Amino acid sequence: MNFDYAQLFSAAIPETVVVITAFLALLVDFIFLRNLPARTRTSLLATVTAVGCLSAIAWMGVSHSTYRLDDAIFVVNPMTQLVKQIILALTIFTAFISVQTNFTRHLGEYFILLLLASAGMMFLVSAENILAIFLALELLSLSLYVLTAFNKQSVFSAEAALKYFLFGGMSAAFTLFGLSLIYGVTGEMNLTAIAAKLAGKTTDPLFYVALVMTVIGFGFKVAAAPFHMWAPDAYQGSPTPVTSFIAAGSKVASFFILAKILFTGFAGAEGDAGWHHYISGWTPVLAILAALSVIIGNLAAISQKSVKRLLAYSAIAHGGYALLGILTADQKGFASLIYYVTTYALTVIGAFGVVAVVENYGGDKLSDFAGLSRRAPILSACMMVFMLSLAGIPPLAGFFGKFYVFTSAIQLGAKSLGLLWLVILAIAMSAVSLYYYLQVLKQIYVVDASDKTTVSVALPTQFVIVALAIAVVVLGCVPNLLVGKILAALSLG
Amino acid sequence: MNHSLLLTVLTFLPVLGAALLLGMDGEDKKMSRRFSIGFSLLPLICLGLIWRQFDSGMQGLQFVERHAWIPSLGVEYFVGIDGLGFLMLLLSAIVVPFALVATPKEIANPRLYFALFLFLQTGLFGTFTALNFFHWFIFWEISLIPAFFLIKLWGGPQRTKAAYQFFVYTMLGSVTLLLAFLALFAATGTLDFIRLSELTHSGELVSAIGAKLTWSKLSPNGLVMLIFFGALLGFAVKVPLIPFHTWLPTAYTEAPSSTSMVLTGVMSKMGVYGFLRILLPIFPEQLRAVLTPLLWLAVATIVLSAYAAFAQKDLKRIVAYSSINHLGYCLLGLFAAVKFSSPGLINEKAAALNGVILQMFNHGVTASALFCFVGFIEQRSGGLRGLNDFGGLRKLAPVFCGLMGITVFSSLGLPGLNGFVGEFLIFKGTFSLAAWAASLSTIGLLVTAIFLLTMLQRVFTGPVNKRWSTWTDLTTAERLTVLPMIAIMFVVGIFPQVLLSFINPTVMQIIQQFK
Repeated sequence: MNFDYAQLFSAAIPETVVVITAFLALLVDFIFLRNLPARTRTSLLATVTAVGCLSAIAWMGVSHSTYRLDDAIFVVNPMTQLVKQIILALTIFTAFISVQTNFTRHLGEYFILLLLASAGMMFLVSAENILAIFLALELLSLSLYVLTAFNKQSVFSAEAALKYFLFGGMSAAFTLFGLSLIYGVTGEMNLTAIAAKLAGKTTDPLFYVALVMTVIGFGFKVAAAPFHMWAPDAYQGSPTPVTSFIAAGSKVASFFILAKILFTGFAGAEGDAGWHHYISGWTPVLAILAALSVIIGNLAAISQKSVKRLLAYSAIAHGGYALLGILTADQKGFASLIYYVTTYALTVIGAFGVVAVVENYGGDKLSDFAGLSRRAPILSACMMVFMLSLAGIPPLAGFFGKFYVFTSAIQLGAKSLGLLWLVILAIAMSAVSLYYYLQVLKQIYVVDASDKTTVSVALPTQFVIVALAIAVVVLGCVPNLLVGKILAALSLG
Repeated sequence: MNHSLLLTVLTFLPVLGAALLLGMDGEDKKMSRRFSIGFSLLPLICLGLIWRQFDSGMQGLQFVERHAWIPSLGVEYFVGIDGLGFLMLLLSAIVVPFALVATPKEIANPRLYFALFLFLQTGLFGTFTALNFFHWFIFWEISLIPAFFLIKLWGGPQRTKAAYQFFVYTMLGSVTLLLAFLALFAATGTLDFIRLSELTHSGELVSAIGAKLTWSKLSPNGLVMLIFFGALLGFAVKVPLIPFHTWLPTAYTEAPSSTSMVLTGVMSKMGVYGFLRILLPIFPEQLRAVLTPLLWLAVATIVLSAYAAFAQKDLKRIVAYSSINHLGYCLLGLFAAVKFSSPGLINEKAAALNGVILQMFNHGVTASALFCFVGFIEQRSGGLRGLNDFGGLRKLAPVFCGLMGITVFSSLGLPGLNGFVGEFLIFKGTFSLAAWAASLSTIGLLVTAIFLLTMLQRVFTGPVNKRWSTWTDLTTAERLTVLPMIAIMFVVGIFPQVLLSFINPTVMQIIQQFK
């Protein structure tokens, strides 16, 4: 068989650049930076990361190649390129937020893991073959486990990593079991071929076992209730930049691949989650996950005292809203899903960025945020933007994201209005969520500070947080900037 | 049609002011007060420009701005005003600065208070200009947030409960409204009010809904009815229509007086505006189908709230219930005007609707002035505002009594003052269209007169209450605050044509749409 390596290489240039940057970061740190102060070191390494990621983004911006490796192990099309660009941008933001914290001396190792995790996400996005999906998922997960444990002075970090690892291993087992059953039923690895073989076989009980196993596996990954138990502990224990990375980048990639598996691989087995016309398939399973996530996430967040934990539960709830986008099982829903997770990721990185700053002056408890508006006015204004966006207040990106997802969910099934029950639940719960986001803002703006010291912020971190806040406002006011891109990529791909 | 950015500038001026105010350094109370009052007056200048260019003889929308915004969802930035919109803008531009000036000087954390107020003004302007559901809803919702905080942070002893009740109740209405419009969007692919009303009149709306949506076993008409109820609930809560009014007395009473002024003066008009701008053009048939029960509810709103006000012992609660009562007249006139689809009775319909819109404006002016006076009383009494806590104040404060008296008489509809014109037109129109409803509602008129006069009597006449022997009359600043409003009451009362000339073309257009 003739195999053109040059073509494969040119399609995989962005991934290659990211991996090379990863090793470069390690090398630069070892050779040149050992003796510099931590903050300078982190800034320089973050710059290296940014340069690498930006060149990969730029490359994807100019080259419009499409590529499909045998058996869809590695697929490049406008949609995957767009999502990869988004992921790399999130990586850059995370890298600069790391400047603020000093949880480790092993900065080279930290950045190489960060970049390897990004590479894992990129491969994950490009995979349309169950074997490749699993491998990329493991590359991503293993990097994240280690990153979670990176704060060696903190027991909680170790605990978080262990929990994350055990749950992650379990979820990997579920995923693998599900995927292997699918292979057993169809004899295919490639998602399109699987769908073709499955056509007409969707009554096979084995297939349903496989389906549920796969969804459970990914349910762990995206922290959908009732598979969310690891999330609050992992979010709280990890170093804050890592938390933001788990909540942002890894979420975008996981949702993208989950949607792809379900849309492409299980096409024809959607079923129907409508109130009166339930048909078994994957949408009812997801509908249950979405409903539980939205309820549990929002209700549990109300009683949290730690902002990181609060954001963890809110992440579970937002996972529920995003699942609504997948439930629609069409292109429109897919576009709304990508818009939703992207804007959510931008918002949550910003929010964790603020938490990372405040953490240096005490902790991440709600009371540590008291009177922040007088200690750090700019940071507080940004936090307000992030919190209101998460709560879905217009005209911020979070509002349009929810609006878009709900609209596509209502339109589902052309005429049945079957998902109305879920949309009503989601809207009701998002009204509930306003309460706890406002609790954070109340601390910042209304309660008086016990500690009056001015909060100092590292310049790169401040810059990133402000940029994210502006992005959230702009994407909310002019959603078409992103939606247009997504729709264009969809129509081309 | 003139192309200018005036409406957009008008809408976003206050929020710019709020941002500048929050960005300013220092805790100078005087400074932030002057700054915010100045900024809230700028829209009046814009409105002056609009007034000059406004073609009052023209039907249809003016000052239209229309830009593609989110093409994939059919969302446009689409603003424009007709006579109704113009009058509501004018009302917002007058009442907000009035409320700001009437805010006590010693208010805590004035920067935040004034910033929230300006923010609220943007929400109001946006609601009254937007013609695409998407951003209309944004403004509709966004005006809730500052109102919530104004009640929650500066309110009376029960403020937390009142704020949450207000928020949750109106939010619930908004959710059904949102769902209704999402369903309309799913069926028609547009969120444009004008386009939707065109679809209704060509009959395509029902067929589009029938083709695109099903729900249990409902027929297309049943489905449209369901969607209509969703929207109706949203507006009925906001106005409020009895039995959806329970949030209002607590909210108005617990809110600081200057906030109550805007709540009753402008925010309550958002509901009636929604009826006129959205429900009437898009769902005329559905509205007509349930008209008799709605008329009953309007009558109940008028009569029961008047009796309820009579039973109150707290001045603010009295004014709050009287506010429900006055908005009841608006709904009465509105429902009566829709009653017949036949082209006849144009004069009666026009009278009723002219009255409705005029009443919206008048009530905004009068009720906010009443709350302002109650606020002055509260400032002097240290928070006491029981009906029986005072007595004989006229001897100590004759100007206070006189000016508040004028406001009260305007509220109960004395000829020569603004309240009379609106109510007269409403009753004139309604009597020919739905005589029984008009007759029953006159009970409300009577009781209103009784409880308002009782209020005047208990507070200002009788023996002087020893406790208030040091009661002071209105200061010059306070007189200057209320004087413009009193002037408006007289001007509109004597020359209603000033405003009616704007309203009438709009009313005629609405009536043509009934066919």
